[in-house]
Amino acid sequence: MTSTDVPAGSGIPGGSPGGALGTLTALGRLSDYWVTASLRTWRGSVVSAFLSPIFYVLAMGVLLGGFIEGDPDRLEGAPTYLAFIVPGLVAAHAMQTAMAETSWPVFSNFKWNRVYDSMVATPLTVRQVALAHLVSVTVRITLICAVFVVVTAPFGVYATWWGPLLGLGVQALTGICFGSLMYGYSCRITTDAAFGVLFRLVVFPMFLFSGAFFPVANLGPVGERLAQLTPLWHGVHLSRMLCLDTVDGPVALLNLAVLLVVTAVGVRWAVTGLERRMAW
Amino acid sequence: MISARGLRKAFGEFEAVRGIDLDVRRGEAFGFLGPNGAGKSSTMRMVAAVSPPTDGELRILGMDPAVDGPAIRGRIGVCPQADTLDSELNVRDNLVIYARYFGIGRAEARARADELLELVNLTEKAKAKVDDLSGGMKRRLTIARSLVNRPELLLLDEPTTGLDPQARHLLWDQLFRLKSSGVTLVITTHYMDEAEQLCDRLVVMDGGVIAAEGSPAALIAEHSSREVAEVRFGSADTAADAVNPHERYAEQLADLGDRVEVLPDRLLVYAADGDTVLEGVHARGLHPVATLVRRSTLEDVFLRLTGRTLVD
Repeated sequence: MTSTDVPAGSGIPGGSPGGALGTLTALGRLSDYWVTASLRTWRGSVVSAFLSPIFYVLAMGVLLGGFIEGDPDRLEGAPTYLAFIVPGLVAAHAMQTAMAETSWPVFSNFKWNRVYDSMVATPLTVRQVALAHLVSVTVRITLICAVFVVVTAPFGVYATWWGPLLGLGVQALTGICFGSLMYGYSCRITTDAAFGVLFRLVVFPMFLFSGAFFPVANLGPVGERLAQLTPLWHGVHLSRMLCLDTVDGPVALLNLAVLLVVTAVGVRWAVTGLERRMAW
Repeated sequence: MISARGLRKAFGEFEAVRGIDLDVRRGEAFGFLGPNGAGKSSTMRMVAAVSPPTDGELRILGMDPAVDGPAIRGRIGVCPQADTLDSELNVRDNLVIYARYFGIGRAEARARADELLELVNLTEKAKAKVDDLSGGMKRRLTIARSLVNRPELLLLDEPTTGLDPQARHLLWDQLFRLKSSGVTLVITTHYMDEAEQLCDRLVVMDGGVIAAEGSPAALIAEHSSREVAEVRFGSADTAADAVNPHERYAEQLADLGDRVEVLPDRLLVYAADGDTVLEGVHARGLHPVATLVRRSTLEDVFLRLTGRTLVD
């Protein structure tokens, strides 16, 4: 017997009345977990997060794109198909990665490995636990997109040096916009079979038809309007305008506003979802 | 440490805890004894300030969990029924990271992790993956983790369920040491021997209500006899009809003790002297295939109060 000879109850630094922590303090306390967990699992995510998009760029941008005539009038201002596809593909990949990170991993954290249960048994609140997870997903997406930008820069697809930097922010925002929506969905389903349905019927079609691979004008008037209703199109479009330096001010503001509003709704949906889930 | 009045927890139509009153004093080991579904874990989650009560009054360390949840959780330790260890992290990191949730500095967190690994005899496994630990080791690690904030009150939900006898005794020993160092223990269990070993005072829960309260010895004295004679009759005697034939024997033995309980495979005759009961059984020309005289336990108390056994 050694350690428990220390007087009981002597272990906690002082807090505010009621013990509620500020959000930043709580996020700081949770950051050690997310950093450590990420470092322990980075090998597994390298293939899906970094190599897959690079394969996409090589296969579709370089090799398939070699058969496509570089016509800026038909490619939303892009001089080549590679320049057209890269900004949109990164945004779409950010969406897919964020949704993958907030589907089974979130479900597992309250259903299988119960990591959230251990977190909320401490002074942290459910809301803070949800926000910390969303922040960690945002950081991961930003890093993945940043690697993408660095890898694709030598192909000469960016019109300015600052465009891809702003585009990076939009791509990360696109990711967390969908990540937060998926987080809330994960908290409200009863079986993980629900993910398969969503990914097959919603996520994958959206990935293909929201303007990442071809201009949505090709979908016809109705199809184009439908595609433009998805937040992904707004992310893809804004990312592309920034990377190609073809920014149309009002449209860009609309794109940004849609992403911000949906993200705000998504974060709320995620936090209330986890609060409901953990209040049994 | 804990005070509850009319505490209720409902999930839709289902009422898991149906108005219980509790008082847990500082420094004692308090138990909730009951079968699965009795409402023990629901009560523990309310006491742990993670599950809001549906109704009633609850004070933990003098505070209201609805208002002071984070402050309460900062001063208690929780060892949940399921090990919620993180398999992505190694053994030591599970403790260090958990300490960080309480705002304990990194250097201090590492020092406490090493102390606690020593306490639960897991120092050699510090770098091991959680998945490589045995069930008993995981349980000890979970208990170590619940101590990282040096809690005044430690909540243990079914701490030894699923462990082999050796691992259980090792854990009991560690819990005794914690209690002697001043930590208040609250334990749920459906093992009557665990409740008798560990608890100064306990409540028997069944169907979301408290059926009885007191020390193990007082509960036994109040609700059972000093001894129990267990009498089992063979299949040749019991195959005669579809009704449990022990029922038939129960009528013949009813006057030998204070009370007779019929179980599917044996009779329990409650009496001050079990040997005298067995002499009476043989004197009536009956020939049981197995007999046993033992002291009354909390299992008998539970059977008396609820008509059911603790572990189905």
